[in-house]
Amino acid sequence: MNYFVNEKGYYGDFGGAYIPEMLYPNVEELRQNYLKIIGDADFQKEFHHLLKDYVGRPSPLYLAERLSKRYNANIFLKREDLNHTGAHKINNTIGQILLAEKLGKKRIIAETGAGQHGVATATVCALRGLECVVYMGEIDIQRQAPNVARMKMLGAKVVSAVSGSKTLKDATNEAMRDWINNPVDTHYIIGSVVGPHPYPDMVSIFQSIISEETKKQLIEQTGNDQPDYVLACVGGGSNAMGMFYHFINDENVKLIAVEAGGKGVDTGFSAATTFLGKEGVLHGSRSILMQTADGQVVEPHSVSAGLDYPGIGPQHAHLFKTTRAEYVSITDDEALDAGLLCTQMEGIIPAIESAHALAYLEKMKFTGGENVVVCLSGRGDKDMDTYMKHFGF
Amino acid sequence: MNRITKVFKEKKNNILSIYYTAGYPGLGDTIAIAAALEKAGADMLEIGFPYSDPVADGPVIQASSKQSLDQGMDLNLLFEQLKELRKTVTIPVLLMGYVNPVLQYGVERFCKACAEVGVDGCIVPDLPMVEYEEFYKDTFLKYGLSNIFLVTPETSVERIHKIDSLSNGFIYLLSSSATTGQNLQVSDTTAAYFSRIAAMELNNPTMIGFGISSKETFDKACNYANGGIIGTAFVKSLPSGNLEENIETFMAKFRA
Repeated sequence: MNYFVNEKGYYGDFGGAYIPEMLYPNVEELRQNYLKIIGDADFQKEFHHLLKDYVGRPSPLYLAERLSKRYNANIFLKREDLNHTGAHKINNTIGQILLAEKLGKKRIIAETGAGQHGVATATVCALRGLECVVYMGEIDIQRQAPNVARMKMLGAKVVSAVSGSKTLKDATNEAMRDWINNPVDTHYIIGSVVGPHPYPDMVSIFQSIISEETKKQLIEQTGNDQPDYVLACVGGGSNAMGMFYHFINDENVKLIAVEAGGKGVDTGFSAATTFLGKEGVLHGSRSILMQTADGQVVEPHSVSAGLDYPGIGPQHAHLFKTTRAEYVSITDDEALDAGLLCTQMEGIIPAIESAHALAYLEKMKFTGGENVVVCLSGRGDKDMDTYMKHFGF
Repeated sequence: MNRITKVFKEKKNNILSIYYTAGYPGLGDTIAIAAALEKAGADMLEIGFPYSDPVADGPVIQASSKQSLDQGMDLNLLFEQLKELRKTVTIPVLLMGYVNPVLQYGVERFCKACAEVGVDGCIVPDLPMVEYEEFYKDTFLKYGLSNIFLVTPETSVERIHKIDSLSNGFIYLLSSSATTGQNLQVSDTTAAYFSRIAAMELNNPTMIGFGISSKETFDKACNYANGGIIGTAFVKSLPSGNLEENIETFMAKFRA
């Protein structure tokens, strides 16, 4: 079974490039060049230099002893929360800004939900001196004020998306419209493994550093580069794809993708795409998305803005359909409880997104001795308001 | 002969095509607008079926799509309304919208429904040429539907020839790479692009769209192509007042 992209830009039934003609030259330029540019020795040297000395990689693989005792397994946390800017998002923006420079682009656009990808994009634009415009839903701008301030201080222009539901999906639409209107000098840094081919592949390649490091660290710490389980949360799915990437062909490693169940999968307030979605086309690729019978995209709900997206990347849809990975869901309340537990047992405040992955440990049965890796995709500083309101601190 | 082919055979230039969103401003206005447009001198119609995430559209068509969806429009209802189409309307009619609603409705079922109500062709901006050729073309041809492709100033010569070979109606030339509702500015580079296309002597006729809002811009478009397509400017003229009067007033500017 091939779990990776084929020469036509598909993962099994999913993927492709469903884009209007106005975007064809941009996407085609990327498609023809991305592997060549990424594979170039100078590019790799610069990419790894920045990941090491600017982002602070490798991020630790930490054996969480108290959680391990609680669950009767060896729980390893992949500490993406310790990256510069506080999440895994910067792995991708470093890669894409270098690629944009090679393509001669002068202006960068991005979409953002919680603001983590927006901050990671604004950061690399400041680093390289490129103009930066970030689209963000009007509602997200209100609920993520600290990240809006960070982007502005970094010199980015934050544009409010006022169409549709005024959240991540609509910010993505606005970014695509900007790209249509500015086809020559602009590169669109998509923040997840979604969008037209080659975006899902390109973003997963940049994020694959997560599993590449994890394998080396597992050998050092356990003598075996293959754990029993690998867990990650999924909105669009970029940290999960980075966490899974080098384990996908290790068929005895169980991959678990944790979706945001919101208030509960059957409540009408959920973002659990594989439970509620059907096959269709959104934001340039064929995948699984939450939609009405008429094919209109449905507004999802999650307490975590980073998982509040009605689709998943096409490679995830393929891993789901082939059952290579298991897709499960965790509610808002379960995630918040797991965030508190991790904070008080390990001294690590996780992002609510990452807390979804941690929460699934409560539902697993271990016999003792299993090695389990959880991607701690981001830190919880941005979520303090939500945590404080929920727990009444 | 398909009505689209016929109109280009009978009338070689100054062809005026009007886009509007189905179910807007009133959910039940779809057929009345078509009839009034034909009466007021339109040569061809593009009826938009609304989508929640119309990435190629500017704010005006986005808003009309949202209002239409909020009022309850979907493809089932649209095809129900279109059963009345050919009782009053004789000019060519195309459906325009995004690929996901078509996929959910079913491609074959969609094409069959188009043929049954007398729709002559489709414009699906986010359906890629390679997908059309591999998975849709045979079904479109089986039901006698034209598929209309877009060309922008950035589209390569090689790709334009490929589009020409797959087209069976006309080719939709975008005045610039832009979302709908911008103003047409025929700069030197745009003029060069239009002239370049005209000189290619394509098999299919061409229509220029995106940014035509006045008689002046329509006439400019007709200098380079067989006609022009007006969308945003027309949709903007609709929301208040008497529908037929609005349409007559709007069309009088172009048919003067």
